[in-house]
Amino acid sequence: MITLKNIEKSFGAKQVLRGVSLDIEKGQSVVIIGGSGSGKSVLLKNILGLMKPDRGEIIIDGINTVGLSRSARSKIDARIGMLFQNGALFDSLTVWQNVAFSDIQTRGIGQDEARIIASEALRRVDLKDDVLDLYPAALSGGTHKRVGLARAISAKPDIIFFDEPTTGLDPIMTDVINQLIVDCVKDLGATTLTITHDMTSVRAIADVTAFLYEGQFIWTGNRDALESNDNPYLRQFMEGLPEGPIRVEGATA
Amino acid sequence: MSYIATIGRFFIGFFASTGRLSVFTFHGLVAVFAPPLYPRIVLQQIMRIGYYSLPVVALTSFFTGGVLALQIYYGGNQFNSEAIVATIVALGITRELGPVLGGLMVAGRVSAAIAAEIGTMRVTEQIDALTTLSTDPFKYLVAPRLIAATICMPILAFVADVIGVFGGYTVGTQSLGFNSAIYVQRTVNFLDITDITSGLIKASVFGFIIALLGCYHGYNSSGGAQGVGRATTNAVVSASILILAANYIMTSLLFAS
Repeated sequence: MITLKNIEKSFGAKQVLRGVSLDIEKGQSVVIIGGSGSGKSVLLKNILGLMKPDRGEIIIDGINTVGLSRSARSKIDARIGMLFQNGALFDSLTVWQNVAFSDIQTRGIGQDEARIIASEALRRVDLKDDVLDLYPAALSGGTHKRVGLARAISAKPDIIFFDEPTTGLDPIMTDVINQLIVDCVKDLGATTLTITHDMTSVRAIADVTAFLYEGQFIWTGNRDALESNDNPYLRQFMEGLPEGPIRVEGATA
Repeated sequence: MSYIATIGRFFIGFFASTGRLSVFTFHGLVAVFAPPLYPRIVLQQIMRIGYYSLPVVALTSFFTGGVLALQIYYGGNQFNSEAIVATIVALGITRELGPVLGGLMVAGRVSAAIAAEIGTMRVTEQIDALTTLSTDPFKYLVAPRLIAATICMPILAFVADVIGVFGGYTVGTQSLGFNSAIYVQRTVNFLDITDITSGLIKASVFGFIIALLGCYHGYNSSGGAQGVGRATTNAVVSASILILAANYIMTSLLFAS
């Protein structure tokens, strides 16, 4: 369903992605893990069309999306949901207007109907109607994430991207969000790609995990293979050890 | 050698910035004239840019009209030509000070607000979110602000003209001892309709500049809160300079004949 072929991306002299390739099957939940600065966010922005790779192909349902104009890829965009790291809710709109944004702006659905759709999407992430008229500034971190998730799934997309979905949340809320993601994805039957460095999320969400290190996937495998892997880089990352083959800037020897 | 390299870097940077602004302006204009338009957001922006700028513009123009009357009176006094106060106040306000001072005050208020709002949206990924929700940020964010500012500035300039002339009238009649009827007559007799329309045309261009530079600096901001602060400052400074430069060019063109 989604195929990445030899994606390369540089910023000046710094090469961030060095030939990234990956196949994501329909209905699969793939998680990309990697340390800070490994290129996870850049890769996701390339897939979303927010950046253009220097080389390579990003094929979604047989269409190479690299270089397509926004209007040309609008049909693909309409099938995509995205949960941003900090929610990226629009400050000037209320919760229900945020959730129903694409229904109102791109599908031309009326305000009353859109509010009902937003209310249904919010119920899916365990939020009640009392948050409908609040502004994002009045929400806690966890609720912010839930509203972001509701916006991502409200149009019933068949591809969903999650960017660090549990960053900044306490362990209980992390569990809640992970479970919501699993439930929502199961309900929709969607294909998902998540980027994270949180191993709790990986274990809860991933069918397949890909480990990105210095702009390349150096390990890819399923849930069972992840736990039994003997890749020294991945083991160091999973166990959170400061010493090992991964060089950590500022770490003492 | 390093001296030449510094000059070279400056010019390359200048032309690169000019090129980026030109491309941004082109995309902004395309967004203004191509559907879909967002009338509700345009109305919101008209309220924010136009209505909420009224007190600032009114106060500025009132005091400017008053000061102008005083200065012309004291200056004219040396040549026994105090009688020109009403005429010069009216011409000065309508041709130059109403649109230019109004434009600079609105630039300070509105350019900064636009740059801060769009800049914050940029650094918190709200603009990326718009794109992924199949909404063109130029049409949703830039076009409504360009339309609203271009419509509002001539109206604000007209308000500034009326209140500025009234400021001059108030000082002239209450402080300088001019007869009210004569002051009004000298204001009206020497004021031509083109004096007012030229000011309103200028104000419309200033409105476009104010919104354009607020949007441009906000849209291209990066680096968190510090980046948004930098974008805000750059928006106000560049809008103010461009208003003064555009004013000179338009005055040359409008009054050349």
